[in-house]
Amino acid sequence: MSADVPLLRVAELSAGYGPVQVLHGIDFTVEPGEVVVILGANGAGKTTTLRAVSGMIPARGTVEFEGRSLLGTRPEKVARAGIAHVPQGRGTLAELTVEENLRLGAFARRDAQVASDVERWYEVFPRLGERRDQQAGSMSGGEQQMLAIARALMSRPKLVLLDEPSLGLAPIVTQELFRVLGELNRETGLSMLVVEQNAGLALGIATRGYVLEAGTIAVTGSAADLATNDDVRKAYLGI
Amino acid sequence: MDLFVSQLMNGIERGVIYASLALALVLIFKTTGILNFAQGEMALFSTYVTWWLTEQGLAVWLAIVTSVVLSFLGGAAIERVVMRPVEQSSPLVIVIVTIGLFLAFNSLAQVVFGVEAEVIPRAYPNERWDVAGVNLKMDTVVLVGILALECVLLWLLLQRTKVGLALRAVASNPESSRLAGVSVGSMLMLGWGLAAALGALAGSLVVPITTALNPASMQEILVFAFAAAALGGFDSPLGAVVGGLVVGVANALTIQYVDALDGIELLVPFGLILAVLLFRPAGLFGKVHVERV
Repeated sequence: MSADVPLLRVAELSAGYGPVQVLHGIDFTVEPGEVVVILGANGAGKTTTLRAVSGMIPARGTVEFEGRSLLGTRPEKVARAGIAHVPQGRGTLAELTVEENLRLGAFARRDAQVASDVERWYEVFPRLGERRDQQAGSMSGGEQQMLAIARALMSRPKLVLLDEPSLGLAPIVTQELFRVLGELNRETGLSMLVVEQNAGLALGIATRGYVLEAGTIAVTGSAADLATNDDVRKAYLGI
Repeated sequence: MDLFVSQLMNGIERGVIYASLALALVLIFKTTGILNFAQGEMALFSTYVTWWLTEQGLAVWLAIVTSVVLSFLGGAAIERVVMRPVEQSSPLVIVIVTIGLFLAFNSLAQVVFGVEAEVIPRAYPNERWDVAGVNLKMDTVVLVGILALECVLLWLLLQRTKVGLALRAVASNPESSRLAGVSVGSMLMLGWGLAAALGALAGSLVVPITTALNPASMQEILVFAFAAAALGGFDSPLGAVVGGLVVGVANALTIQYVDALDGIELLVPFGLILAVLLFRPAGLFGKVHVERV
């Protein structure tokens, strides 16, 4: 991969559900090692953007991962290409145990280090280790969010898509979650594309950000710029 | 006492028969989340295939193995062609489609193979042994052995292999499974194929014991198999076996000892099931579904 090819390049992306078009041609990129945040209100198209990238809904435009087109690729193939999508609502496999959830995350891998990776994520998320044999659906929302992230990381992805990880979580749990995400990015250089309403925490770990309004990109800039942008502060930081 | 033991053995034999089909119901439920009302008639059709193959001169065991393999492919094809288009529909729609399959397979069997009663040769000698005064039939021994083997293999597949994990994951949450790189369609086809194969084996072994092969051969067995699976828990292979045995034994003992229920003996096993489900809706061995949101 040459240095000037972004990890993920999205251009003129349009998508929606049936007759309802949600995204009206958006452009953004994620460079290797970056945390990119997409901010936006309910219904702006944040979730739709992630679903279009991972092939869960049909889309038009350009979606390139490491220079190869992903448009029209099925979700399981997108996952195998190295993109792990943590869906909104956490996507817990409720009847499976915590450990089975993690092993499923490594489904596409063929190497022998799955067991040691499981132990590694138990160290990062000790609550998961304590509950490894428990039915995953019986855990609290925060624990299930940690599980969803750990399950995504079990695939050893190059890019993680996070859909509103703070949704429905207590503020202290959300803070802890973003602390871990920031640490992961700094220590492993893992690239992330995060869509969030909680702009403060998300911008805290992000390199760059985009503001999505009614299916188009309204503002773009570095995380620091966005955090000091008056419109963004009023709309998403509540200041 | 002798009478009691012989009725107990009768009950166990019937129970094993119910359990062998219940296992197919449980497998399809555990891997696809569907209650397949057509399971019995699919097994009926497979049994006709076995019979037809023996008519063509194939040895019985070879006919059974061939039929099991063909049924696996047929089951996978049914998932792909018939079930896939309604995969996203409401459970009610899916139930109605499986009832449609029930009628389709029954009618197809009548059209293709006729309505005359046919005799399938036995795959093993019809022997009886006297073991400490108990009359032990080879039928019972063979069925118990095969059922035990099926349970062990199923358990190993579902709990100890990566494919088994993916099968269970798809039933639990297809979207998340897809995002983890699992091809959901392949897993559903595999689940249907395996269940159809189990049904083919059950039908081919059970029909020669119970009746001559005719288009109604599997219907009573299906009802009892559903009862067994409900009692044991639809997601538990072990539950299917225990449920089958309980239903079979309770039925046999009621026929022998409760004259007041002459002709309506079914009240006892089904009353028992009702009682169990009142206190354990997930069945004796079913996992109680817990989900915090």
